[in-house]
Amino acid sequence: MDERPIGRGVFLATVAGGLSSLLWGKAAWSYVSNPISRAAQAIAPILPSQGWRIYTVGSSMPVFDPVTWRLKIGGLVDNPMELGYLELRALPQHSQVSVFHCVTGWTVDGVRWRGVRFKDLLAAAGPRPGAHALEFVSAEYPYVDYLTIEQAMLHDAMLAWEMDGKPLLQEHGAPVRVVIPEMYGYKNVKWVAEINLVPKPGIGYWEAGGYDNDAWVGRSNGYTS
Amino acid sequence: MNPGRPGYVRRFSRTERAIHWVNALGFFLLLFTGLILYLPRLSAEFGRRPLIKDIHFWGGIGWVAALVLIAMLGDRHGVLRTAREIEVFEREDVNWLTRRKPREQGRFNAGQKLNAALNAAFMVLFLVSGLLLWAGEKDTRFRFVSTVLLHDALLYASLALLLGHLYLALIHPTTRHALRGMVRGDVREDWARQHHARWDTGD
Repeated sequence: MDERPIGRGVFLATVAGGLSSLLWGKAAWSYVSNPISRAAQAIAPILPSQGWRIYTVGSSMPVFDPVTWRLKIGGLVDNPMELGYLELRALPQHSQVSVFHCVTGWTVDGVRWRGVRFKDLLAAAGPRPGAHALEFVSAEYPYVDYLTIEQAMLHDAMLAWEMDGKPLLQEHGAPVRVVIPEMYGYKNVKWVAEINLVPKPGIGYWEAGGYDNDAWVGRSNGYTS
Repeated sequence: MNPGRPGYVRRFSRTERAIHWVNALGFFLLLFTGLILYLPRLSAEFGRRPLIKDIHFWGGIGWVAALVLIAMLGDRHGVLRTAREIEVFEREDVNWLTRRKPREQGRFNAGQKLNAALNAAFMVLFLVSGLLLWAGEKDTRFRFVSTVLLHDALLYASLALLLGHLYLALIHPTTRHALRGMVRGDVREDWARQHHARWDTGD
């Protein structure tokens, strides 16, 4: 009888192909993702837009109320202050297009951000000489993370309130989030409620679980390229 | 075993049916919780990500464990026999795929064999990539840039299989009688002879 183990072959080849894709998947995907994601967006607007995934740590996402919302700026500053949403948006604005990298491996290209540079944000508060880092407290308890002042002053780091031409959506951190494209997403704190100037960076939410304090894209958290 | 109803032949044992339905139940639980984790709008709607994540992770472990348990505690030999049936393609199976003759089919046609083999492979890959995602969150040694992509690609591939499967089992007029086999265990003899001519039904 003419019998061939094709079923077993299909099973083994699929498992082998899938496992090996852990090594080549990302490279292959970046090759074909543009036409595919364009097609996917055309047919199904519900699909994750351009590959965003929403990671949260709390039991619910913070809700933004433009009337009561305040951004506190405190710690080692001469003038501790609270900014309302409109006051914040009256600060000098900048736009940029940058890449967003998540430490888990997904990447979103060409994100358009609009917001305020940290230099302009902190000018009125007046950081004191002993302040060397920023503490970002999220409205999503207990998320917190830190940047050194040097890192926050990178040319493309900002506190953003607009993404792709629209006010930040709730799942992207409305009303404001940190954007620092050189670092992985967990440094890009969402739902920022409080910024404190501190002597040195503390241990952030994911860093407490073993992630690197300096989350440089491609050269931290076990990645080398 | 009871002699069965006249005019009907037995297609699936209790164990096989239990495996199928537990597999379906687990798949939908993981699909549902997975989509909440995956789609931004749904994530915002449901919140409670840590809880959904726990349900998804432990649901996945429970899913695979339940299937292994049923196979081991149920009719183990029958399951192994069925697995062998699915693994092996005869000349008629290849002909069935390439639309040549002769192509009379046994208890499973070549499409069903492919579907089963792919689903089994997808389950292994879902499990491995899921465990890597979970472990990678705690330890960089388990982190690969492509794990998320693999898990996503499996979602799309298994959805495609699922849609085809649902169409053939629920809608397509000549094949949907097969659903009875998976629910009650037996199918009409004339239907079996027509669609699975080489199946030795033991009569």
